Amino acid sequence: MKFIDEYRDGVASNKFRKAIERITTREWTLMEVCGGQTHSIVKFGIDELLPEKITLVHGPGCPVCVTPLELIDKAIMIASGPKAIFCSFGDMLRVPGSEQDLLMVKANGGDVRIVYSPLDALKIAQENPNKEVVFFAVGFETTAPANAMAVHQAKKLGIRNFSILVSHVLVPPAIEAVLSSPQNRVQAFLAAGHVCTVMGYTEYEPIAKKYNVPIVVTGFEPVDILQGIYMCVKQLEEGRCEVENQYSRSVQKQGNLSAQELIQQVFTVVPRKWRGVGEIPESGLGLTPEYEEFDAEKRFAVAAYTADEPAECISGLVLQGIKKPNECPAFGTRCTPEHPFGATMVSNEGACAAYYRYRRHAAKQHAA
Amino acid sequence: MSESTAFGPICPLPINDYPQVMMAHGGGGKLMHDLIEKVFVPAFHNPLMDVRHDGAVFGVGNERLAFTTDSYVVKPLFFPGGDIGSLAVTGTVNDLAMCGARPLYLSAGFILEEGMETEKLWRIVQSMSAAADAAGVRLVTGDTKVVDRGKGDEIFINTAGVGVISHGLSICPNSVRPGDAIILSGDIGRHGIAIMAAREGLEFETTIESDCAPLSLPVLDIISSGVEVHCLRDLTRGGLASALVEIAEASGYEINIEEKQIAVREDVQGACEILGFDPMYLANEGRFVAFVPEHQAEMTIDAINSFASDTTATRIGTVSERRSADVTLRSVIGASRIVDMFSGEQLPRIC
Repeated sequence: MKFIDEYRDGVASNKFRKAIERITTREWTLMEVCGGQTHSIVKFGIDELLPEKITLVHGPGCPVCVTPLELIDKAIMIASGPKAIFCSFGDMLRVPGSEQDLLMVKANGGDVRIVYSPLDALKIAQENPNKEVVFFAVGFETTAPANAMAVHQAKKLGIRNFSILVSHVLVPPAIEAVLSSPQNRVQAFLAAGHVCTVMGYTEYEPIAKKYNVPIVVTGFEPVDILQGIYMCVKQLEEGRCEVENQYSRSVQKQGNLSAQELIQQVFTVVPRKWRGVGEIPESGLGLTPEYEEFDAEKRFAVAAYTADEPAECISGLVLQGIKKPNECPAFGTRCTPEHPFGATMVSNEGACAAYYRYRRHAAKQHAA
Repeated sequence: MSESTAFGPICPLPINDYPQVMMAHGGGGKLMHDLIEKVFVPAFHNPLMDVRHDGAVFGVGNERLAFTTDSYVVKPLFFPGGDIGSLAVTGTVNDLAMCGARPLYLSAGFILEEGMETEKLWRIVQSMSAAADAAGVRLVTGDTKVVDRGKGDEIFINTAGVGVISHGLSICPNSVRPGDAIILSGDIGRHGIAIMAAREGLEFETTIESDCAPLSLPVLDIISSGVEVHCLRDLTRGGLASALVEIAEASGYEINIEEKQIAVREDVQGACEILGFDPMYLANEGRFVAFVPEHQAEMTIDAINSFASDTTATRIGTVSERRSADVTLRSVIGASRIVDMFSGEQLPRIC
């Protein structure tokens, strides 16, 4: 397939594998930020092909995983209302709240629908004027433009029965949170290609400089990731700390300016709670005063609700790259994709789920 | 869970068992597997059921018969490459074929929703008739019920089928042996994407048609050409991955497959990339895997290919001597990983 097969090519992968081996002289720990990259790494077995000196740790870039428990509970409260049509991307439906997940709301008669775009939810609102249609606006900078567009359109068209439950988070503050943790062991980052397609990568330059870390904007296919790792290791070995772009077929330095403009018009930077990590200042997006009438938390009066996460789940440590999924005592035994403790076990892109699906052997050996 | 505390004190324990039936219980993955093992097997358990095959095989007089049933609740009723009627016939025919049986007779039970257009019913029934002719079976008995408007989804169909087994092979997961070649009858994922595209109104550059087709003829041809078939399984809900995991678990042997040998059409692959699906877990309605002795692999491939017009069978792997009951896959870049059964439905992902 065009632009897929050539980046899943065994020969090209092998070339980068050998090149990485050739230049690696010391032990290095790299973090891939995005859950999509984690999934690729584990699915294709990329980490198994690397020299022992290179350790990959998995970052906080899975939007499903970092959505805090209380927001899932809020979604469940809103979706359980008799007038609500609650729309979401598919993988949010299985994330457990304190007592239920959205699939259970559906089984109990709630109108919970999977949509592929927030604009589909807007259409549902137009078609159901007597219902309150809520879209679960989850994600990093990648999904923010489409969510901003939906709200912008709703305001323009005067659609009053549409609102969004916002859980937008931002990558750069998460990288800073990882780097400023006293337990940090990450020496270089593979930055998330799709986030940078929207935002560009100038905002990573001060981070690279301040913390002396190489940051390489990287794609999602095996050859992309191996090349991204190669570029990181090369910088580390040469003592450089720069922002480089592996994913140039999609990412431009300035990003997508019209998307950024729309985000700035509709959203403003706010502090956000990250599941398993806690509150990070200036780490997310909320609606600007001009658009706050579309804020589902306000419309359904759930803004004040709070909830704490299960104590046993170590997803916070996993998301910060401090622990690997199979180092959790509950991994694969009490915590499985059918009965997840934390979101990292639910989402396709969650590190725990990726390890469970592709690496249970390693877990068994670890337990033994 | 009491209703009054639904959002009260925070319980640190996960949801252990869903107290209600969830959609994923019908998804062909782990939750369905659990439902069968925890609810149905304890209630009905008997030696014929314990074989865990697509149908039951038993002797009557001097004949061996295969017996199976399946219900069809597909939405939309009509989709590129088929409809609920053709599916209801070929699905049950294929379950019989996977027992190595020649399908003979089918029953059909219709649950119709008040208000359904009779013209649609007529088209579905015509399609069933054509599919039965193509598969060489006859629909010989049936039943009709009508439910109140809003209590059904226009039409649900159940079919049951009997077939006769005219060979001495025992075709089931228990017959799988180390060294067996694993043959996949064609490219995977078309049915799943065709349904998804029709249901959600997704448009791709080309129309992806379901692979819906009867498998009895190629299977009977493999057997009559002298191949000592050990196991057959059609790839329906849960896809190739779930079928292989079930066989590995039932046989106890490890199954090793090669990702690059598994054919996925470019348009199906493209749709999967957009939706975040893995073709290994997508439903098929005209594909199967055959476990055969190594030296008869080529013969099996030739037999399947003589019936296929738009796809080709390939050997995707081998049964290992290890008794781990796992399925392992060598990825396109040469690393190895395990293949798991999906826990519920595949859910489209965020980004």
